[in-house]
Amino acid sequence: MTMTSETQTTVRVPQTPFAEFWSYFIQNRGALIGLCFIVFIVFLAVFADFVAPHHPHEQFRDFILVPPAWAEGGNAQFWLGTDGVGRDILSRLIHGARLSLLIGLVIVSVSLVLGICLGLVAGFFGGFVDVAIMRFADILLSMPALLLAIAIVAILGPSIVNSGLALSLVYLPHYVRLTRASVLTEINKDYVISSRVAGAGALRLMFIVILPNCLAPLIVQATLGFSNAILDMAALGFLGLGAQPPLPEWGSMLATAREFIQSAWWVVTFPGLIILMTVLAFNLMGDGLRDALDPKLKQ
Amino acid sequence: MTETDKSLLVVNNLSVAFGTKDNPFKAVDRVSFHVEQGEVLGIVGESGSGKSVSSLALMGLIDFPGRVTADELRFKTTDLQTLNEKARRKITGDEISMIFQDPMTSLNPSYTVGNQIMEAIEVHQGGSKKERQAKAIDLLRQVGIPAPESRINNYPHQLSGGMSQRVMIAMAIACDPKLLIADEPTTALDVTIQAQIIELLLKLQREKQMGLMLITHDLALVAEAADRVVVMYAGQIVETGPASDIFKAPKHPYTQALMNSLPESSEGKDRLNALPGVVPGANDRPQGCLLNPRCPYVTDRCRAEEPEQYGPRGRQVKCFYPLDEAGRPTV
Repeated sequence: MTMTSETQTTVRVPQTPFAEFWSYFIQNRGALIGLCFIVFIVFLAVFADFVAPHHPHEQFRDFILVPPAWAEGGNAQFWLGTDGVGRDILSRLIHGARLSLLIGLVIVSVSLVLGICLGLVAGFFGGFVDVAIMRFADILLSMPALLLAIAIVAILGPSIVNSGLALSLVYLPHYVRLTRASVLTEINKDYVISSRVAGAGALRLMFIVILPNCLAPLIVQATLGFSNAILDMAALGFLGLGAQPPLPEWGSMLATAREFIQSAWWVVTFPGLIILMTVLAFNLMGDGLRDALDPKLKQ
Repeated sequence: MTETDKSLLVVNNLSVAFGTKDNPFKAVDRVSFHVEQGEVLGIVGESGSGKSVSSLALMGLIDFPGRVTADELRFKTTDLQTLNEKARRKITGDEISMIFQDPMTSLNPSYTVGNQIMEAIEVHQGGSKKERQAKAIDLLRQVGIPAPESRINNYPHQLSGGMSQRVMIAMAIACDPKLLIADEPTTALDVTIQAQIIELLLKLQREKQMGLMLITHDLALVAEAADRVVVMYAGQIVETGPASDIFKAPKHPYTQALMNSLPESSEGKDRLNALPGVVPGANDRPQGCLLNPRCPYVTDRCRAEEPEQYGPRGRQVKCFYPLDEAGRPTV
């Protein structure tokens, strides 16, 4: 009888979705390296006050433009050298991680939450609501991202909060589109109808029944969006529209170091390198997440 | 058997139309039936004959642009048409349950089996988490799932099709419904599992004295399981009656053709007796009787006028020339 064979299969320990995801994720070497680097950066950001050798704003007037410790004329007190007004670059980078990660997190969360809500509403209700929301998203998408952000910041005035808001708005349509597409594929499945039969209301259907099944592509997009947010924030900072001095933000550090690009290479190189590595780490991890979460790519 | 005030479900002239107001396509056309407590009503017909749409319509699940109209749509003493959305959800959730065709998509992939059953219990009956868990395990045991204590922690993708359908049944009976609508519950399963699932459904139906609406295109299944049968074709009811009568002596040519197309009736022949053609779609509905292009006994009258349903209550047929006992048209 089939009963006996079914009893035997229960002996196997059922793998939770997380365990399954994790076993796929750690197979991807690049993703794992990316994750490790991100954990490292997060650690630095959280414990910046204890890890950083100096205060990020402290100016050592006697040590202006000191090269890195290992280079000729370097000082062991300043590992990565000092900038044009004698601030320790390493300390500024560590404190800058705090700002950059926080900005990335806030931008991604704001656009993710808003995007999910708008996408769910558009996909679930359809009709006029759908058309209105999606055309709004299309209009936002039809403008170059950075240009739109610059325009918004120009209207609101340059500050770190305003540029964060601008970037959230710029990234919003990606999440709206992604959510709506997933909702449309899920909404006609029998389990949704079955929940409706059981008496579930619209809110419950949207957020508890449908949303968990739409999350996989959103998680991937959010991870990749994180690196975009950091990059665009750096670009806005570089243009002087983001963080204002003396805040240690990676992009604005690059911008102020522009004048030393010929004479003091370290002032420009290290902020650039840290942006590059962080963005790369997020992209690697995003790829790994996509491989692990997308059932079509699983063996 | 006729409908009374005690009937569980009474449907009178239910129509569902899609398309524009000027050129509506009636997926369901003036369908009337009723279900009594403790009774199994079989609804049979080909694909596209409006079986599933009727059941969705009476659960209030037809969305815009579909339009549902009915003279009467009554569950016990409640008129389902005048209810507001919330009251309707309360009634359908508490007293009517539904089982779907494809068990693999009818469970939410993001939650464990136990979680989904407990949710159904929580909404309609409440109780502490422990009580609900015990009830969920008990339900899984009732539907014949071995080792239910460990199975409640499984996710739907870890279950086979037959197991998923058993879980669906457990969820459907979780709140002791008075009426269970099973929409082709066995179509996606293989034959040995089909028999087990149907046996289980009928056993639970008898134990709990539920009304069961069994929607299927499996005639053998209906012959065995149903008390009364409704035969649908192109959105209309063509024949109704007690199951034994219909299968002994079908009166409508369509019912006869369906029965002839069973493999058993073609034994010893090279080919199965199929009814040629397909159910007419939105744009190729014929004049007169909707079956006339496919009917072997068609006359000019069938092509010109549409027959009305007639006959004694409980044994009606929608044909000008209903078949006699020997299966020949009465002219």
